Amino acid sequence: MAGAKEIRTQIGSIKNTRKITRAMEMVAAAKMRKAQDRMLASRPYAEKMRQVIGHLSLAHPEQKHPFLERREVKTVGYIIVSSDRGLCGGLNNNLFRALVNEVKEHQERGQRVKYCLVGNKAVAFFSRVGGEVLAQATHLGDTPRVEELVGTVKVMLDAYEAGEVDEVRIAYNRFVNTMTQNPTVETLVPLPEADAEEREKLKHHWDYIYEPDAREVLEDLLGRYLESLVYQAVVENGACEQSARMVAMKAASDNASSLIDELELVYNKARQAAITQEISEIVSGAAAV
Amino acid sequence: MAMTVHVDIVSAEGELFSGQGEMIYAPAVMGEIGIAPRHAPLVTRLKPGDVRVDPGQGKPMEHFYVSGGILEVQPFRVTVLADTGVRATDLDEAAALEAKKRAEEALANKTGEMEIARAQAELAEAVAQLQTIEKLRKMKK
Repeated sequence: MAGAKEIRTQIGSIKNTRKITRAMEMVAAAKMRKAQDRMLASRPYAEKMRQVIGHLSLAHPEQKHPFLERREVKTVGYIIVSSDRGLCGGLNNNLFRALVNEVKEHQERGQRVKYCLVGNKAVAFFSRVGGEVLAQATHLGDTPRVEELVGTVKVMLDAYEAGEVDEVRIAYNRFVNTMTQNPTVETLVPLPEADAEEREKLKHHWDYIYEPDAREVLEDLLGRYLESLVYQAVVENGACEQSARMVAMKAASDNASSLIDELELVYNKARQAAITQEISEIVSGAAAV
Repeated sequence: MAMTVHVDIVSAEGELFSGQGEMIYAPAVMGEIGIAPRHAPLVTRLKPGDVRVDPGQGKPMEHFYVSGGILEVQPFRVTVLADTGVRATDLDEAAALEAKKRAEEALANKTGEMEIARAQAELAEAVAQLQTIEKLRKMKK
């Protein structure tokens, strides 16, 4: 019966694991709802902001703001948004893979790359592979606040204004639905241009009327733009994290269940074999007497 | 048929309004402005106050309270990026009065420059909220 006992303890430990994964699945499902609401609530703002900025990049201001100027790209800055915790499937790894490909392209073109990291997983990844890290922000929790992100954004923008970085890009997971998350890399500054349709409407030479004056309004608007985009990236990534975790934990629980079923079958067979053997021993013993 | 312009009002907490308007009034930093369709392109900052959209065709005016933000005008579109926006009908007068009282007290007690500035901003916000409520009430009568 030694084999049977081993199987029993194995089944026991898998059952314990399944309890944990089940609990994590349910917690993630509850958090996912909230994270999605948060993300959907702030999406229209970020989208409209992007639209306005798109218009702005088509205007012909008398005064050129550094964020509107395109210069030759020697160094690229990345803001990388990842989760703080693991056990969420391939979420972070997919993002890092997409990123590594891009970084390789930059390096082939002889461009340098600098990073700002949000989330523990990115910090862990870059301490492993190495890279020039300017700033990091971790432990944002489930309800990230703009104030907590401002520091990271500021470091990157200061580097941009000082000319140490010629382009700032942001990498995060874009939430499509519970099953799908898309690793996304976008350019933050210099400002991206409006889409073709808008460009058609606005192609003549024009400029805004600025109140109170151009510099002040632009500063204000661009500050808000970057904050809202980085915030949006963080909440999207949060929603992705919870749904990816829920899916991963569900798969893990299902795996544990099927493993238990298999092992129970093996256990029953082993037990039956032991009983049969015992009976045949007794019978043959009795026959010998 | 009167001309209309597409208006979007969004705040960080969600979309407040999206639709057509004949006229939009907004509290810009340099003074209240009214925007009719085909207005020249304009960007301005908003101060705390009341954004109104006149949808035309005899429909009642839509009121929104914003605590600041950015207004962008294109000939065919007006976008309000509000810091925090509320549909004016959702405004709570008691809460606004409370906030005003708190801000006034803070202003009376505090001495630090930062604190005074913050209290003043809070006070301005509460007063603007109350004014919006007042306007709304007059309109209903």
